[in-house]
Order: sequence, then C-alpha cells, then structure tokens
Amino acid sequence: METPLKPWMKVLISIPVLLVLPLYLLIRFSIRIFNKDAWTFKQVKTEQPILRYVVDAWLGEKERAQNRVVFITFLFPALFAYVLFVMVPFLQGMYLSMTNWNGLNNGNEVFTGLTNYKAMVKDVMFYYSFSRTIIYSFLNVIVINVVAFLLALLVVQNTRFKNVYRAGFFMPNLIGGLVLGYIWQFIFNRALTSFGGIFTRSFIANPQTAMYALIAVVTWQYAGYIMMIYVAALQNVPQDLVEASKIDGANALQRLRAVTMPLIQQALTVATFLTLVTSFKQYDTVLSLTQAGPFSGYPVWFANLFGVDPETSIRSLTLVTVNIYNTAFAGNQLGVGQAKAIVFFFFLLIISLTQVYFNKRKEIEL
Amino acid sequence: MKSNQHYMRNEKIKNVSLEVISIVLLLLFFFPFFLVIINSAKSLNEITLRPMAFPNNWFNIWKNILDILGRENIAYFRSFFNSLFITSASLIAIGISSAMAAWVLVRTKSKVSFFIFMFFLSGMVIPFQVVMLPLTRLMQLLYVQTGIPFKDTYHGVILAYMGFGAPLSVFLFHGFIKSIPIDIEEAAIIDGCTKAQVFFRVVLPVLKPIFVTLLVLNGMWIWNDYLLPVLVIGIRGNVRTLPIAVANLAGYYDKEWGLILTSVLMASLPIFILFMFAQRHIIKGMTSGAIK
Repeated sequence: METPLKPWMKVLISIPVLLVLPLYLLIRFSIRIFNKDAWTFKQVKTEQPILRYVVDAWLGEKERAQNRVVFITFLFPALFAYVLFVMVPFLQGMYLSMTNWNGLNNGNEVFTGLTNYKAMVKDVMFYYSFSRTIIYSFLNVIVINVVAFLLALLVVQNTRFKNVYRAGFFMPNLIGGLVLGYIWQFIFNRALTSFGGIFTRSFIANPQTAMYALIAVVTWQYAGYIMMIYVAALQNVPQDLVEASKIDGANALQRLRAVTMPLIQQALTVATFLTLVTSFKQYDTVLSLTQAGPFSGYPVWFANLFGVDPETSIRSLTLVTVNIYNTAFAGNQLGVGQAKAIVFFFFLLIISLTQVYFNKRKEIEL
Repeated sequence: MKSNQHYMRNEKIKNVSLEVISIVLLLLFFFPFFLVIINSAKSLNEITLRPMAFPNNWFNIWKNILDILGRENIAYFRSFFNSLFITSASLIAIGISSAMAAWVLVRTKSKVSFFIFMFFLSGMVIPFQVVMLPLTRLMQLLYVQTGIPFKDTYHGVILAYMGFGAPLSVFLFHGFIKSIPIDIEEAAIIDGCTKAQVFFRVVLPVLKPIFVTLLVLNGMWIWNDYLLPVLVIGIRGNVRTLPIAVANLAGYYDKEWGLILTSVLMASLPIFILFMFAQRHIIKGMTSGAIK
C-alpha cells in the first residue's frame, strides 16, 4: 500500500526548512557578530571592539558550542520516543476524529468535519457507558479511600507485626489488573457459589451486583497502595499536636476529626486524584472479570431519559474505555472511537482538575 | 496507682484486639491467593467438586505447569521471556534516556529548556486511550513509508514504553537533580571530564535512589500492562507478553480453571519473589513516586 506525502504536507514540512531555519541562523549570527550579549538581554558593553565578537563567534566559545551539542544529544532519545509515540499520535488523533477513518484507509482519510461527533452524540451506548463509568468511579473512589484510610489507621498503631501487615495489605497491588480479574472470576463463579445461600448466584453473573463485585475487586487490589500514602502522611503528623489535644480532653474521634484529618489533607488530595484517574481508566480488570459485565437491559431511569427500549440486551458493565475499544475495533469505526476518546480525555482532564482544585483549597500549611 | 494499673490493662486489651483485627484482615486479604494456590494443584474435575478443599495431590501442579508449557497456541515459555526482555530493556532505556534529558534540562537555564520540560509534563495528563488508536495507525504508516517494522517487534514496544514512561520519569529525575549541588560536577570538569563523562561517572551514581524508585514504578506498570501490548504486538504476535498469554489461555480454554489459575500463579510468582527481597524499596518506590 503506497501512501505518499500529500502536497500540503510537503509544503508544511518545507516551510521550516526553507524559511524559518535560514532566517533563524541569520538572526542568530547577526546578533552574535554585532552584540553577543543581546541574547541574554544583558547590558551591551559597547567599549569592546566589534572584531573581538567576530573572532569569538567563529573561533571562540568552544564550551558554549559543546554545551549545545550535549544538550541536543542528551535530550534526543527521550524526546524522540516521546514525540514520536505520544505527541504525534495525540495530535493526529485530534485530526483523525474528524475523518472517515475506519482502519482500512490508513493514510487516506478524508476530512468529514463533525460527522463522527454527531454519530457519537446519537450513540445511546456511549451515554450509558459514561453513566456507568461515573457511578462506578464515584463509588470506587469513596470505598477505596475509606478502606485505605481505615487500614492506614490500623497499621500505624504500635502493633507487633505492623510491617508484615503493611506488606500484606500491599501485596494484591503487585498483580496486574488482567491477571487479577481471572482470579476473582474464579472466586465469584466457582469458589463462593459452593457456599450456597446468597452466594448460589454468582455476584458477577447478576447485573444488579456486578458493579459492586468489581468495586470489591478493585478495592482489594488498590486499597493497600493508597493505604501506604495515608501511612506516610499519618507518620508526619506532629505528635505534640496530638498530645496537646489529648491533654485538652479530646477523645479519639475528636482528635481524628480536628487534628489528624486537616493535617493529612495533602495525602487525601493525592489519593483521591489517583483513585479517580485509575477508576476512569479502568479497562483490564473489568474485561477479564466479567467481559464487561453480564447481559442486561438498560436501567429504567436511563431508558426513560433517552427514550430507548429497556429490554435491549447490552453488557451492563460497559465502561467508557471498553466502549471506545469496541467502537473502534468491533465496529471498525476508528474515527468515532477516536472522537469518543477525545471527549473522554477532556472530561477526565476537567474532572481531575476540579477535584484537585477543591481538595487543594482545604490543605493547610503548618 | 490503681488507676495506672487500670490504664495499663486497658492498653493491653487494646493492643491485643488490634493485633487480632489485623491478623483477621490479613487472612481475608490473603484468601484469594490461598484459593489460587490450592486450586492450581487440582484437575478440572476436582475443582468443580471441591473448590475450597486442599488438593488431593500437590504434584498435580507440575502436571498443570507442563500442560501449559506444552500448548503451542499459548507459547507460554516464549511469552515469559518476551515479557522479561521487554520489561528490562524498557526499564534501562527509560531510566537512562530520561535521566539524560532531565539532567540537561536542569543544568541549562534557558527558556527553551523550560519549555521542553513543560512539554514533557503535559504528557502526564494524556490517558493511553486517547493515543492508542492513532498509535496503531502511525506504526503501520511508518512501516509503509520507512520500511522499518514497528508493530510486533521488540524495538517498537520498547520505544513506545520509552515514550509513555518519559513524562513521569523526566519529572521525577528533574526534581531530584535540582537538589544535587552543582559543585561536584564543576569539580569533575576542572579535573578534565567532558560533559558526557560528568553525567555517566558523576551524576548517574548519585541518582541511584530515584533510579530505583523509577525501576519499581515503571517495572510494575510494564510487566502487568495489557492494553499497549495488545495494540502494539497483537494477541497472536511474535513478541507477545505474559498478560497476553494468560488472556489467550483463559480465552481458549474457558472452563479449565486449573490451567488458568496455574498460569496466573506462574505470571505473578516472579513479582512476589522480587517483592520478598526488595519489599522496602518496592513499597517506598511506588508510594513516593505517587506523592511527588
């Protein structure tokens, strides 16, 4: 498949080469020759002869030249990989979301304006996946942080094996999300069902409970990690403040609320941010745990809101990330998938910035 | 005096109960691991009948392992070494390249270096989902235009990890290098080192603590990553990694839980062994990386 550069691309590339670069060199050398200090915006020393600068520019300043070579060569590997595989796809993605890209016409996409975004707006499944993701993330952030904080309070106590407990609670975090999903699929589908009673029907086969099961799994994985962040913060709480409040007659709960909590606000900001972002980006675990959820219809409130048939069979835990992937590859609509991804990106950006902004306001400096 | 004794006894009760609560919670946390271990030594039949009991014969685990290794379409052995190679090569590449970039960015005080630093940082807010689709396209187009294959090759994956790992690594290195006094570097230059020698002989050894932190952070991420390898390598790729192999196994042999759990155990065992030896580094690395 031949995909030559389009004429406008050639023009775009040639502009810097033909125009900007010579201009830049010209300005650069003229400044050097006539007044090298103008670069650094320092005062010009006019009493030195101009010839001196000419000689300096061409023969001297070896170190400066060497520095520049080092600067470029040292920067190159990281910058090259980063630009090539992160920044270029990111910027291309902005454009590709406005083309008829379908995976088969790579390099020959045609600009179609906002068609993909219009298709996205009409896609009920996208709204559904977004609503699921938001509910899931909201609950997940709360549950993980509460559990992690309680665990942290437990392991900062002066117990005999506190290091063992810390390491133990941390351990699930070592396993990757995908592998972990299979472990829990087994536990829910095989191990727990053998107990009978309420466990007879697997939690992940029931659309009503599948999300809570997922939250339990992710909490098991992530709480130990978040716990360590709280532990680090709790250990930095000055003991004299705690002692002082003890003498003033505050009980444990009052101490926690009035002394400890305000002092660990910074950890709270970080922990909430991390859990929020990872919840929104959740993909591996939900896929391996339930293949994006047991089949069910739309929830009634959702069906009423969008005027769709509540009996439509969908995967109940289709999170945004799953929806993006499915749209792109199962439906061969990479353009629409990319449009969704970009909306997802901006949504995540705004929501995490808002969260950090509001949490930061509560932080205090000692 | 009496109240003091009373107080002491209360303390003791409190300590014992805390210990008990912790142990119970710990057992609860370990329960899934326990289930994986006992069930990976069972045949399918045995799992269906008694999922919670101890296995009849612990040597079944070898049978399961050999079974997995023998299945051609899983290529477990190859996947394991691919994972090992990709992870270690990416770690070294990310570590060295990011440290080099961060060092020149700190030591060159200009608008350009500040701008490039900010450019790196902006990558931290980009989720992989936004980049993944164009990335697959880019890799294909690069092959068409340059003739160099990037999909399903070691260098393609490693370069991708280098790119995605750069923002955080450059950021952490940048913060650390700023705190190192410049005097030792100047002393080295006076002694006749070139700039490159200064970096590799003087600066890099000083960076050890943050280097370890990044090895842990990036290592956990790369070893366990699934989505990037799926897109860049493909589930049937030549250089497929361990998570892909586990997913394939679970996909092909849907109900053979003995095999799936054994493969899960084999995939996570290396990390657990590493964790036992470098527990302090790992916990500290992952947590301090997050806080910064």
